[in-house]
Amino acid sequence: MRHIISVLVENEFGVLSRVAGLFSGRGFNIESLCVAETLDPTISTMTIVTSGNEAIIEQVLKQLNKLINVIKVVDFKELDYVSREMVLVKVNAEERTRAEILRMTEIFRGKIIDVSPKTYTLLITGDDEKLRAFLTLIKPLGIKELVRTGPIAIARGEKVIKLKDKPLEGGEEDG
Amino acid sequence: MKKTGAQIFVEALKIEGVENIFCYPGGATLNITDALTDHSEIHQIVVRHEQGAVHASDGYARASGKVGVSLVTSGPGATNTVTGIATAYMDSIPIVIFTCQVNTMLIGNDAFQEADIVGITRPCTKHSYLVKDVKDLARIIKEAFYIARSGRPGPVLVDIPKDVSSGICDFKYPEKVNIRSYQPTYNGHLGQIKKAIKQIAASKKPVLYTGGGIITSGASAELVKFAEQLSIPVVNTLMGLGGVPGGHKLFLGMLGMHGTYAANMAITSSDLIIAIGARFDDRATGKVDEFAPHAKIIHVDIDPTSISKNIKVDIPIVGDSRSVLKKMVEIVEAEKEEFKAYKASIGPWLNETEQWKKNFPLTYVRNGTLKPQYVIEKVFELTDGKAIIATEVGQNQMWTAQFFKFLKPRTLLTSGGLGTMGFGFPAAIGAQVAFPKSLVVDIAGDGSIQMNIQELGTAVQFNLPVKVVILNNGYLGMVRQWQELFYEKRYTWTCLECAPDFVKLADAYGAAGYRIESEDEVESVLREAFHNGRPTLIDVKVNPEESVYPMVPAGASLKEMLLV
Ligand SMILES: Cc1ncc(C[n+]2csc(CCOP(=O)(O)OP(=O)(O)O)c2C)c(N)n1
Ligand SMILES: [Mg+2]
Repeated sequence: MRHIISVLVENEFGVLSRVAGLFSGRGFNIESLCVAETLDPTISTMTIVTSGNEAIIEQVLKQLNKLINVIKVVDFKELDYVSREMVLVKVNAEERTRAEILRMTEIFRGKIIDVSPKTYTLLITGDDEKLRAFLTLIKPLGIKELVRTGPIAIARGEKVIKLKDKPLEGGEEDG
Repeated sequence: MKKTGAQIFVEALKIEGVENIFCYPGGATLNITDALTDHSEIHQIVVRHEQGAVHASDGYARASGKVGVSLVTSGPGATNTVTGIATAYMDSIPIVIFTCQVNTMLIGNDAFQEADIVGITRPCTKHSYLVKDVKDLARIIKEAFYIARSGRPGPVLVDIPKDVSSGICDFKYPEKVNIRSYQPTYNGHLGQIKKAIKQIAASKKPVLYTGGGIITSGASAELVKFAEQLSIPVVNTLMGLGGVPGGHKLFLGMLGMHGTYAANMAITSSDLIIAIGARFDDRATGKVDEFAPHAKIIHVDIDPTSISKNIKVDIPIVGDSRSVLKKMVEIVEAEKEEFKAYKASIGPWLNETEQWKKNFPLTYVRNGTLKPQYVIEKVFELTDGKAIIATEVGQNQMWTAQFFKFLKPRTLLTSGGLGTMGFGFPAAIGAQVAFPKSLVVDIAGDGSIQMNIQELGTAVQFNLPVKVVILNNGYLGMVRQWQELFYEKRYTWTCLECAPDFVKLADAYGAAGYRIESEDEVESVLREAFHNGRPTLIDVKVNPEESVYPMVPAGASLKEMLLV
């Protein structure tokens, strides 16, 4: 099962390697990883996409929480959330395909962000499904290179991820 | 007041109450080494190998409950600590390792004696720091000690570059630690505890399965109280030995691969396992799918990651073993009524476990040869079970666990999780530093003792009268035993040819050396060795092909025991 996990960490050197090392050392799988500073510059968010059965995901969450520099861990499976990913695609833009590329890009609400005599570079954002659909359609036209960010996610509505104590299974009363 | 980093280091250690450090010098330690010159209130035990320093600090911590401290140089000094750190990590021992580092400007340049020790030890430390600015040093030392001893304890490494120890800044030691991302849970959830108590009241065949968490949290008295309150039989892991007095009538012994018949059968027949401060290690559980097949499981542990890691738990309780047990004792006391039916029906279970204990005790064949088990029984007798016992790893370790009836917590120092040969002797040195007047004995193998034999120099130099009882079987015995059982007796690599003469070796170091070759010498020689006041090696020529039984073969279930 695929999970998007958001990890709030101290914005310090070495934290990324602790998190990455945890995944490799314990044989957990990382599909993608996105790191950047939050509104509070002392904190970074890591958005990690991982997969595994229930027991594995439980361990992933607990082990992340156990790292001293990790402030909070959120599994978006528990929340209603929105997520987006960005992809940059460099495609062959020949006389006969240009119009089709433009049309596709427009339908998927993408943009052309760079043009050369033989290529277009497209920017598309969306969830996994949308990006996959777009790439399937554009592939026959000749993709030269592709770069994806991996998804980032945020809770829907007014819910905000706060810096409360780490949640604990069977832990203190107010947990 | 302005101070150098090295002076800050010394002051910080004094405020933390550090009385002993285990150290080894090098170019990068010199600022600190020099600053310690006039501070004999911090006793500096200079070892012979950095691995020895870390094991000694670990033994010091296990025996005393205080944080153990070591200090070593950069590069090879730092990398030599790795096995020691990993050993302490697996057994949750609070130690702080100070490694020195090349100048901050040189870091990353492959400078002389540079090693990325923070990177190398990341997976085997609870936490680690590279101090980049002398202004952070005091806070980091404060945090390091706090993290090492709080929550589930563990090793914390602090890497101090040379320009940080020579750098100057105002010194003020922080009074409080404030780490927003680290708040260990000590008090278990009351609702969960009540649920557990209810489950116990409804059980007919409960077993307490307890481990190192009992020792760490100082929960022995509470455990015994609780077990007695409800007449619950107790089994221990290797790390839990001493948590219940070895001769207690409810104590069934150690469980697992070389556990007692009673302990393993109790687990297998139980309808409720109450695991406290134990982590369901594979050496304890045997084949996990067949572990306690009829039981519900309550698990108390301070580390949430231990819960439901290897075995699915029915009632998890995150918290400190002692505080949770205390609460349980209180609740049972207050709700005696609820246990009427339980008490009326517990008798048959106690009978059953008692029968197992009686019919299948730990035993060995006395046939005129010198048996290692006999030696351990004698060590127990001659010390009234009051010595602090370290072990190496292998058969010597398992026989010690079986035949020395540990009476009190913190009297067994053994590398449980990592199984590190070479641990016992330096750990015994550390324990002797913590308790100069106690009798400290390392029960060793002839293989293991050669892994850190150089620490004899340390023991002699610092007058640490540790006794090493070498159960000399001429083999890497535990591996030989597996070859005997599972590889048609092909003893490839495991016959220790060319062993040194341990008596001469002791003599060469200025220690006392003895040899025992038959049963009738055991008592008199041990008696003399234990009273000579000197570091001592005792070479005991035991029966070479003795094996450790009972045994549950790796991957088998606990009920599939080879008895003799
Ligand atoms: C550092 C290290 N290397 C290898 C092993 C694997 N090993 C486990 S027990 C053992 C034999 C130990 O021999 P000895 O110290 O003579 O003890 P005995 O089993 O004979 O009592 C070995 C090699 C280990 N545990 N630790
Ligand atoms: Mg041996």
